[in-house]
Amino acid sequence: MEVFQQLINGLSLGSIYALIALGYTMVYGIIQLINFAHGDVLMVGAYVGWFSMTALHMNMFAALATAMAACAVLGVVIERVAYKPLRNSTRIAALITAIGVSLFLEYVMMYFVGANPKAYPDLTGFMAGSFTIHGVIIKNIQLVIIGISVLLMIILQLIVQRTRVGKAMRAVSQDADAARLMGINVDNTISVTFAIGSALAGAAGVMWGLYYVSINPLMGLMPGLKAFVAAVFGGIGLIPGALLGAYAVGFIETIAKGVGLSTYSDAVVFLVLILILIIKPAGLLGKNTKEKV
Amino acid sequence: MLRQLRPVLLNGIALVATFAIVYLLMRVGIIDSFYQDTIALVCINIVLAVSLNLIVGFTGQFSLGHAGFMALGAYTTALVTLHFPTIWGMLGGIVLGALVAAAIGLLIGLPTLRLRGDYLAIATLGMAEIIRVLMQNFTFTGGASGLFPSRYLNWTWMFILTAGSVVLIANYIRSRAGRESIAVRENEIAAESIGVNTTKAKTLAFVVGAFFGGVAGGMYGSYFYWIVPKTFSFMMSFNILVIVVLGGLGSISGSVIAAILLGVVNVLLADPNLVPIRMILYSLILIILMVFRPQGLMGDKELSIRLFRSILPKRRRPPDEEPVPAGEGRLEPAEVTS
Repeated sequence: MEVFQQLINGLSLGSIYALIALGYTMVYGIIQLINFAHGDVLMVGAYVGWFSMTALHMNMFAALATAMAACAVLGVVIERVAYKPLRNSTRIAALITAIGVSLFLEYVMMYFVGANPKAYPDLTGFMAGSFTIHGVIIKNIQLVIIGISVLLMIILQLIVQRTRVGKAMRAVSQDADAARLMGINVDNTISVTFAIGSALAGAAGVMWGLYYVSINPLMGLMPGLKAFVAAVFGGIGLIPGALLGAYAVGFIETIAKGVGLSTYSDAVVFLVLILILIIKPAGLLGKNTKEKV
Repeated sequence: MLRQLRPVLLNGIALVATFAIVYLLMRVGIIDSFYQDTIALVCINIVLAVSLNLIVGFTGQFSLGHAGFMALGAYTTALVTLHFPTIWGMLGGIVLGALVAAAIGLLIGLPTLRLRGDYLAIATLGMAEIIRVLMQNFTFTGGASGLFPSRYLNWTWMFILTAGSVVLIANYIRSRAGRESIAVRENEIAAESIGVNTTKAKTLAFVVGAFFGGVAGGMYGSYFYWIVPKTFSFMMSFNILVIVVLGGLGSISGSVIAAILLGVVNVLLADPNLVPIRMILYSLILIILMVFRPQGLMGDKELSIRLFRSILPKRRRPPDEEPVPAGEGRLEPAEVTS
């Protein structure tokens, strides 16, 4: 039964990682930028959700939508102001800018709300409940998190595969110049990618708050890093890879905690990552591209 | 002969003068303990940035794990100093710590250096995080509360270690192995096709970088006499990378200047009125600098008399002639390798 307990815990943690990793991998796929500020967009989303629930007395779903909308706007602003001017410079310069944006979001938030953690409001009604199947405790909130995540992933899949803008995103990620020649507005497509990725991060932030209750301005660092690991794990730039990687990281982490390696869980995740990269240098689903002269 | 010796002499005089001026100012008391801490931090950052620049800037291998090597150096030095509480214990500890860092660098570098770009970055980042988590869990490293070695690092030794590290790395870059590193950075396939053993060149640069990362860690542990695993998180690796990129990838003097500038900015932002917004200002400076000067302060050029001459008007040389990067335009490659 212990196994099933870890399975459900890993599934809910993996769902949150998946939402973050999707944003990472979409942005990477389209402009090859490791957007290190992504974890901090999650943090902003968590705070917007917290503010909506406590000060504006919204219900959970309204808060989730508000946070997603706010993060989508934030993502586009970050892209336009900080990343767009650097599109033609080295990738390390863009990475340093991303770190700068990350620090900026963290410390602006700290300036306004203080460094002390804030607590999400207690869950009420159905959300607070839990049930037991053969000794496995399943909290309703876990089911809600998994449900919302899967719903958002399906919507994302529909956007990417079935809409014009999704087609444009796929085209730009294959070859931005060729896409421009075909009449695709590359700048707008990149902005849309940031908006969608950031909205997913915002949703993940609210769910993180609901699940772990305590939020603080530096909370985005670790989930952001884990989600990045997850994206690399599955092959960065690939949407199915991000999902696979996120659930794998979620399971590895909860299993490591379950067998009493709680304090080592981060190290175990990274160790598995390094081993996978040594065996498959482009991630689990990534294809090894041969370098041409 | 004299022409070749002149830059060496000039550099030597500049180094000795810097050392003597700071030493005198410390003796007189103009440099108080706050400024001493800043100077120590600048020195440590110089060693960290120059050694990371060897890996990222000169060899083109994107490493995000420098904090891990720093941690190995710091912990080894601290443990040795706790057993042999003398200045020689500290020095031995730093050497041993650097060797440990180099050994781990070899162990990690051999399998991971065949990864490219971001995959290498995340693998090295993972290595540093693993080291940090281990330090946090081992009992002999003091767990989360860390170790408290005594301070044996004075200005003299700090200066010798800093200047020594920079000179050794600069000479490494001018050596045959260093040229091979640069060739790998410029084009790995082309380098391989003219007979450069790229795996060896990358691994060697990585190990040398790790070695001096360990030296910097040892200096840190001995000077600030309190080390905790939290210090060596991935934010530390980022901070070192920021210095390298700000100074310019592939410019040793750029890294040194950026480390010093960062120290100055730190002092300027230490004003109590600015404390709540200092990190906001820092991040804004970082973003603005990168947006307007993505190649860093120095690009891949070195600070030298030649560079000043080329900036000044009325020169005899044609304007498109640039100083030779990395070699500081003083020695031709053929002279170095012979």
